[in-house]
Amino acid sequence: MIRLTRDAIDYHELTESVRRPGCGAVVTFLGTVRDLTGDQVTVALDYEAYPGMAEKKMAEIEADTRSRWPVGDISMIHRLGRLEIGEISVAVAVSCPHRAQAFEACRHAIDRLKELVPIWKKENSADGRTEWVHPQPS
Amino acid sequence: MTVHVHLFARFRDAFGTDAISVELPSNANVAGLRSAVAAMKGEIAALLQRSQVAVNGEFADENVILKPTDEIALIPPVSGG
Repeated sequence: MIRLTRDAIDYHELTESVRRPGCGAVVTFLGTVRDLTGDQVTVALDYEAYPGMAEKKMAEIEADTRSRWPVGDISMIHRLGRLEIGEISVAVAVSCPHRAQAFEACRHAIDRLKELVPIWKKENSADGRTEWVHPQPS
Repeated sequence: MTVHVHLFARFRDAFGTDAISVELPSNANVAGLRSAVAAMKGEIAALLQRSQVAVNGEFADENVILKPTDEIALIPPVSGG
């Protein structure tokens, strides 16, 4: 399941959605809004997406992850709009027969999502400044 | 020909709108679009250099030829997650 949402992410429901009798391992990753980036105090993040392409890229990541690990099911959801500190911005849940596969598959999916999916965050700082985050290649 | 280009994040803020029309010679490619957009607003030239161009929902190489009916978007470095 691939989804962009403006509502709070129900990670319990997301985790349940991938559970399968043949899968002895479920890994759920949650990305949450952090209050500090370096020495910069963040009060909120605004997320926006290029919707059609973001969903298409997420679907490609799902297919790629399924081709590399014996995935029972995988769900990826990303939140859009204004998020306060501690809120969940992204969640990825993966089930596999065994735990090593599930950890690796989940790590792969969230890493690719952060690298490829056209979604952007704007940092709203405590001093009132706002800035879109466009990372330099590392 | 005129192409319509979707803008997001810092590009949208810089232009003050979520889409722009760009005049290009017919058979212009992605590289030509980059030059034209940079000429419209010099302050985004550096960001544009490290951004990608999406054509019909796919990241496009510099030599892809554009058509007026293409869905085109500037994709600055992403920061989801």
